[in-house]
Amino acid sequence: MDESRKIALEARDLIKDYPGIRAVDGVSFKVPEGICFGLLGPNGAGKTTTVEIIEGVTTATSGEVYYYGEIAGSRFRQEVGIQFQNTALQDNQTVRETIELFRSLYDRQADLDDIVAQCSLGDLLERDNRKLSGGQRQRLLLAVALVNRPRLIFLDEPTTGLDPQARRNFWELVQDIRAKGATIVLTTHYMDEAQVLCDDVAIMDEGKIVTHGAPEVLLRTRFGDELIKLASGEIRRPNLEDLFLDMTGHSLRA
Amino acid sequence: MLKRIYAVFVARNREFVRDRSALAWNLLLPVALVFGLSFAFDGQRDEYTVGVLQAEADIDTSSHPFLATRYVRFVPYADIDEAMLKIERHQLDLLVETGPPVRYWVNPTAAKGYFVELALLQSTSTAGRGVIKEQVTGRPIRYSDWILPGILGMNMMFSCLFGVGYVIVRYRKNGFLKRLRATPLTSLEFISAQIASRLVLIMLITTVVYVGTHLLLDTRMEGSYVTLFIVGVVGAISMISLGLVVSARVTSEELAGGLLNLINWPMMLLSGVWFSLEGTGETVQRISQIFPLTHVLDSARAVILDGATFAEVAPSLGALLLLSAVFLAIGAWIFRWEQY
Repeated sequence: MDESRKIALEARDLIKDYPGIRAVDGVSFKVPEGICFGLLGPNGAGKTTTVEIIEGVTTATSGEVYYYGEIAGSRFRQEVGIQFQNTALQDNQTVRETIELFRSLYDRQADLDDIVAQCSLGDLLERDNRKLSGGQRQRLLLAVALVNRPRLIFLDEPTTGLDPQARRNFWELVQDIRAKGATIVLTTHYMDEAQVLCDDVAIMDEGKIVTHGAPEVLLRTRFGDELIKLASGEIRRPNLEDLFLDMTGHSLRA
Repeated sequence: MLKRIYAVFVARNREFVRDRSALAWNLLLPVALVFGLSFAFDGQRDEYTVGVLQAEADIDTSSHPFLATRYVRFVPYADIDEAMLKIERHQLDLLVETGPPVRYWVNPTAAKGYFVELALLQSTSTAGRGVIKEQVTGRPIRYSDWILPGILGMNMMFSCLFGVGYVIVRYRKNGFLKRLRATPLTSLEFISAQIASRLVLIMLITTVVYVGTHLLLDTRMEGSYVTLFIVGVVGAISMISLGLVVSARVTSEELAGGLLNLINWPMMLLSGVWFSLEGTGETVQRISQIFPLTHVLDSARAVILDGATFAEVAPSLGALLLLSAVFLAIGAWIFRWEQY
């Protein structure tokens, strides 16, 4: 990782308590500008709560979030784009109207045609947004996250429920956005997705970060040149899922 | 700020107008009710009603044999002008002052006035007392004249409470509010857009329904259309504000529906939508004053039936604005974007 890069986002000792449970337990990390940062872990690990605290839609029990060195505030709201895991949109609106509604809420506005081209929504502009397929809907939600030309984009489980082809199309979109200079924070429980997209990952389990670093560095540090032999007899190189199993003793999909 | 309010305002209007079934329901229900009830009840008032001019609140039936007549409801009136207005409009069949001498006022064009007059004269001759007769004339108030503001007010109440309260709870439950919260939109801007949207929609609907029924049924209008419109606007703001209080924190549509009905039903029954509260107990009348709909209907009927001026309905409008301010303050204070 290039140490000279500015820190776009920093989470400091985030804690979130719900009655009887600590969902996020002292999470801290830094995200340098221009990278794709992955927050990984199984369902219930605290990824979404952590990200929602950072996004400002959930209040932390304690801890701070900094955006380019300042406490995240109104500038943060203007400059970030967010794609939530589950987002309902307003009924009886077309794709164009939905994008335009969100675009109007920001001082910084991306060009509508650019967003439409980038997310391949040209043929869908006049379609009611309730009549979109899963992949089309994810592209619309990504378009909504891009309406303000964001410097920092949060993508929360963006490919959950998509078929393999739609997932790969979505990865291309994310790579394209990153190539244009935006910083991306991606939460996912798909390790292949993280290995393809992320420069840096933090793996969470039971509300805590259990390890943090570049995927290849983490794997090399833990496994070196080891190979893994599967029950089927197949031999392959270890991946992030194996790392998680090795560190926590249970599977990512548990 | 205004740009964001306008964007949310337009999107909400579009959502409502494109929901054809909701739009049709909002337009057709009040029209159907006004026509149906007018057809069923115009000109029908089952019992005879006689006003008794006296200062006391209780009627002493032993003071004149006429006051013991069966099938007649006797209502005390201290103000002769108020009672005369009701004679003119056929809302009272006869007004009597038991004297001596007995003095009465009757409208010669009112059929029920004619029969109740005969009963009065017979009981007076039996009692051997003299009578003084006064004639009062005027156009009768039909049930449609009276019920039209009630139904428009009721439609406004349902539309404002459910159209704001229920919709915001749905937005919160399905995560749309959370999505908006992640933008620069503030809660004040969001609430302002919701108020503006519902206000414009309900005033358009109410105006269309009022003009249509007014023209088709030739309903009475003694006052100013502008004053009536102002009453509608102020009334709608107060009921939208009440809807915001209900929706400020609730996360379940079922609970929201229950709470809204808890407000709707007492308000509908105790605000004079279907029947006048005149003659009901003092407690009921006092309770009715806490409901915005009571002030809306009293003001609208005063303008439509009595020709009340803006200055005359200003106290009721002031009460509505005060209620709105209280509701809005509570709603803004407890408003929450997220579900948990």
